[in-house]
Amino acid sequence: MAYESYVLVCGGTACCSGGGDAVVEAFKKELAEQNLAEKVQVVVTGCLGFCEQGPIVKILPQGTFYVQVQAKDVKEIVAEHLIKGRVVQRLCYDPEQAKKLVAEANIPFYQKQYRIVLRNCGVIDPEKIEDYIARDGYKAIEKVLFEMTPEQVVEEMLKSGLRGRGGAGFPTGMKWKFAQQQPKGQKYMVCNADEGDPGAYMDRSTLEGDPHSILEAMTIAGYAIGATKGFIYIRAEYPLAIHRLEVAIGQARELGLLGTDILGSGFDFDIELRLGAGAFVCGEETALLQSIEGNRGMPRPRPPFPAVKGLWGRPTVINNVETLANIPVIINKGAEWFSKIGTATSKGTKVFALTGKVNNSGLIEVPMGTTLREIIFDIGGGIRGGHQFKAAQTGGPSGGIIPPQFLDTPIDYENLAKIGSIMGSGGLIVMDETDCVVDIAKFYLDFTVDESCGKCAPCRIGGRKLLNYLKKITDGRGTEQDIKDMEAICDAMCKASLCGLGQTASNPVKSTLRYFMDEYMEHIHDKKCRAGKCSKLIQYKIDPAKCKGCTLCARKCPAGAITGTLKNPHVIDPAKCIKCGQCEASCKFGAISHG
Amino acid sequence: MSKLETMTPELRAFVEEWKTKPGNLIMVLHRVQQTYGYIPREIAIEISRLLEVPLAKIYGVVTFYNFFRLQKAGKYNVQVCLGTACYLRGGDDLIKEFERQLGVGLNATTKDGLFSVEAVRCLGCCGLAPVAVVNGEVHGKLEAKDVERIIKIYRERG
Repeated sequence: MAYESYVLVCGGTACCSGGGDAVVEAFKKELAEQNLAEKVQVVVTGCLGFCEQGPIVKILPQGTFYVQVQAKDVKEIVAEHLIKGRVVQRLCYDPEQAKKLVAEANIPFYQKQYRIVLRNCGVIDPEKIEDYIARDGYKAIEKVLFEMTPEQVVEEMLKSGLRGRGGAGFPTGMKWKFAQQQPKGQKYMVCNADEGDPGAYMDRSTLEGDPHSILEAMTIAGYAIGATKGFIYIRAEYPLAIHRLEVAIGQARELGLLGTDILGSGFDFDIELRLGAGAFVCGEETALLQSIEGNRGMPRPRPPFPAVKGLWGRPTVINNVETLANIPVIINKGAEWFSKIGTATSKGTKVFALTGKVNNSGLIEVPMGTTLREIIFDIGGGIRGGHQFKAAQTGGPSGGIIPPQFLDTPIDYENLAKIGSIMGSGGLIVMDETDCVVDIAKFYLDFTVDESCGKCAPCRIGGRKLLNYLKKITDGRGTEQDIKDMEAICDAMCKASLCGLGQTASNPVKSTLRYFMDEYMEHIHDKKCRAGKCSKLIQYKIDPAKCKGCTLCARKCPAGAITGTLKNPHVIDPAKCIKCGQCEASCKFGAISHG
Repeated sequence: MSKLETMTPELRAFVEEWKTKPGNLIMVLHRVQQTYGYIPREIAIEISRLLEVPLAKIYGVVTFYNFFRLQKAGKYNVQVCLGTACYLRGGDDLIKEFERQLGVGLNATTKDGLFSVEAVRCLGCCGLAPVAVVNGEVHGKLEAKDVERIIKIYRERG
């Protein structure tokens, strides 16, 4: 029977841990008490994307969108909204405009988005296969198995122009074609869900919110290339996504959508999970295959490419989660429809995890060709706390830093490469003037040095040397020669490293040198960090005009660096100061500052 | 000297089930860590015999991946996220504060065995940055001043 209303509670990780679980329980309890359990259904959905404002609750059919809902608010929502039909204004996003903004479609965060990959996230209950089927789920696999030959499927993918969303942007159809052309025999289909970029969680949200779309896409790919076995390689750090995939695989097997003789077509395909164990390099395809085989995840030179010689030496196609999520839609709506979205060379949409110093952190999906300005200022609501936009970072540790002059560049694979960054998997981190670009470059190098597998020298030694130079510069000991040396190392790493990790590890350094050389020079010549991040370069000062001589800072200072007598201005001895900042935090008169 | 761990029947059954599957080692090690909280040497020796894999290879795999640990963690393992979003919003300050208040360094356990502190890669809830996870419970939008409160929650649980 149909319900009168639906209460959708976001079950993404951020909302769950922000109190979303308790909200679900509270709704169930309250609805039972009000005898509404028969009329109103509570659905725990995948990520709704607006993580900054979580936990999110959406009420259908009105589409009312409540933010920051806690268990204690549930009674009021049930009494007011569900029983009396009145919107609870105080829980709407932006109370001033609440009357206009009650529906999701009116919130600027959603207006410029276009959801293909995330089509079901926040709409269906990810643990119910019926919900997925009701939204055209498993329709594409039916079409493929009964109306198309494997060659036609590959042709459709080529026509669609879909490119790999894992970072490099290789055409998906080409990958499939290579594997398809290999002689018959055991082939494998692998889903890369080893999302390791710090600051990116697109794949996690897709898997948590719409696991069946990945299973369906893998089965389609399996049919196209002639594989009967699939593996999903997923990070062990994503327990909820693993659970949802296990549930989904069980349901699909039960309905005959996985296993032998799928839908009576005679085609066999089954999927197993393999857990990663926290190694960034395993996002690289040859390293990932090593890891599935149970070895240390070290890459090997290509060619031979995995499509020719992959898992256990057999032809293997590896596609990223987001790439796969597009596939059922492309089959259903056609390559032509898909290729109309986006730019000349980059088709479709891209999901970004928008984070950092932006007002609305969250998961967003926009057509290729959207500008950074639209993403950061229209969707993201601008920079937090009235600060200035300084740079955006895409592509994580393999990407570059984009300065303000490129805010209006339409984002696609080629344009990002041109300005020294990469599309990457979709992390988009916004920085303001309180972030130091040299420090950020150091942060990323620290990461890649830690994650380098050590197999090839350019990455192992080059990364360490770059990191040492960056430490030297942020400590105020850098020279101009260091910059020249760094440029040479970047070049060598790019050209000579074995895999994508080493080849791109220098990108954060290269792009900051290209656009923020003045800041490097400030660190080197003026021993100054304008963002106030590099603690060795910070100087704390007491303004004698504002200092009342209360002695509080002198008592707080753990290093005994502050001297002065009662009611007279104090001074800080820079030689003793350990830059802990306790004096500035404790001063009641705002007399202490740093720079 | 801590007591030697012994193989549980569940673990033995799991190994038997996976024994013939290719590429089983990492899956088996995950189960070992799930059972004991780390990879005990005596169990690794047993696994080596059961799967007919050299112990050196097991050691190689365990030390390659960040997720596996060779020492037991504290009863409450504090994982502070150092993904980019958390870093920008002050994740490293949180680590320093946890270390200071608990009196242990990174990847070490307090003397009473109650707490250990670990820096981890992106946990994927950047909207809540900066984040710390204690035994699977997520604490988001933290500041250094929240550290005392969090430690207190778990200290009271004992």
